[in-house]
Amino acid sequence: MNYTLDFTPVIEGMPALLMACLGTFGLALGGMALAIVIGVGGVILRDSKIAPVRWLVKAFVELIRNTPFLVQIFFIYFALPLAGVRLDPTPTAIIALGINGGAYAIEIIRGGVQSIGKGQIEAGLALGLHKAQVFRLIVLKPALRAIFPSLTSQFVLLTLTTSVASAISAYELTSVAQRIESDSFRSFEVYGTITLFYLVISWVMMRFFAAISTRYFSYPVK
Amino acid sequence: MNQPNAEAPLGGADAMIAMNHVEKWYGEFKALTDINLAVRKGERIVLCGPSGSGKSTLIRCINHLEGYQKGEIRVGGTKLGDDAKTIDAVRREVGMVFQHFNLFPHLSVLQNCMLAPMRSLGVSKAEAEATARQLLGRVKILEQAEKYPAQLSGGQQQRVAIARALCMRPKVMLFDEPTSALDPEMVKEVLDTMIALAEEGMTMICVTHEMGFARQVANRVIFMASGAIVEEAPPEEFFGNPRHERTRRFLGEILHKH
Repeated sequence: MNYTLDFTPVIEGMPALLMACLGTFGLALGGMALAIVIGVGGVILRDSKIAPVRWLVKAFVELIRNTPFLVQIFFIYFALPLAGVRLDPTPTAIIALGINGGAYAIEIIRGGVQSIGKGQIEAGLALGLHKAQVFRLIVLKPALRAIFPSLTSQFVLLTLTTSVASAISAYELTSVAQRIESDSFRSFEVYGTITLFYLVISWVMMRFFAAISTRYFSYPVK
Repeated sequence: MNQPNAEAPLGGADAMIAMNHVEKWYGEFKALTDINLAVRKGERIVLCGPSGSGKSTLIRCINHLEGYQKGEIRVGGTKLGDDAKTIDAVRREVGMVFQHFNLFPHLSVLQNCMLAPMRSLGVSKAEAEATARQLLGRVKILEQAEKYPAQLSGGQQQRVAIARALCMRPKVMLFDEPTSALDPEMVKEVLDTMIALAEEGMTMICVTHEMGFARQVANRVIFMASGAIVEEAPPEEFFGNPRHERTRRFLGEILHKH
């Protein structure tokens, strides 16, 4: 244990690291937005009248939740170009994160939708609202409120998973840290620093979600 | 059973609601057997009967919360089919009040009342709000307009639910055991609201065990058992001289309890 700490490369690389945090945020926000769209859409389609649509959604959820994220992102980045779909690392990462988070979001949001009493739906229908309006105007908000803690912890996980995108050299915190580390061999300092960064990023995310919760889900319930 | 009502021929021109030979099954179980019922404009009908007798199922067929397999239901001349268009048309004309209120928890009292007129009828926000305030005033709860359902008592919530249904300017109101989930001290405020509504001439079908209410406002009381209409009579006759043994037994049990 004769290791002497030397933070010089970290300090010199600080602007790059801080900028890379924005990259991480970008991937996370893009991934979350896509995950919400996939999640809500998937919940609607999972109860579709058309049986093959339901099967497709179920198969999608099973496939994504039972395979490693690294393999999924490699598949999109390295395998899809062979089928003619060639994407840059950043869109690849956002799509992979969105698909992965979306599969989990489908199951989580579905739980919330199922927690809404039949009476709520009947009241909406009896007032002449269409099924889609009932879902959007009556079911969705209380359902999201019910599962908001699970959904947000899934999204914090998604945020941390952005680091896996370094494997395809997407622009984000871990890949920039890797570069500084390979130039300086200051592994302890570099990874110690970004560990703290990730902690701060998670904390900011959680505060952000708490603010959303206060803003949108603060109506009183019994 | 199934006496045709002399004053209102089934499906006649002045029938607000006409049910002709309606039958409904849940799989093997027959929930409704040959239901014939005509309700004229301004009539108040009370439906009673033991639990599981099909009273709720019957009124839930009228706005198609439940489908039916045989027979025909007409609401204000519109034949209730399976297509979304007629179902929506009927639902816009028929208000419903539920046992458990079913107010939307994420919307304020006012928003609860404004949602459907705006989204279903397409009235403007200002008009929806004016209507909502007027009707919340009518059920004497205007001062709670900005509150959320969870902040109200059961009786208050049910009065809001009545106002919410009235905001659609329905031609008929269906009440599905509106006081059964209430604490006893709150039953009266809801019944008073319903009585006031009846006095204004609203066409009403009420599933209820409140026999005092039935005596006071009903034109006809209908007794159901095992999915069929057993007896149908004006309240004086229904309570004073019930013809069927099952009706007498039911009345004996229910009036004894009170």
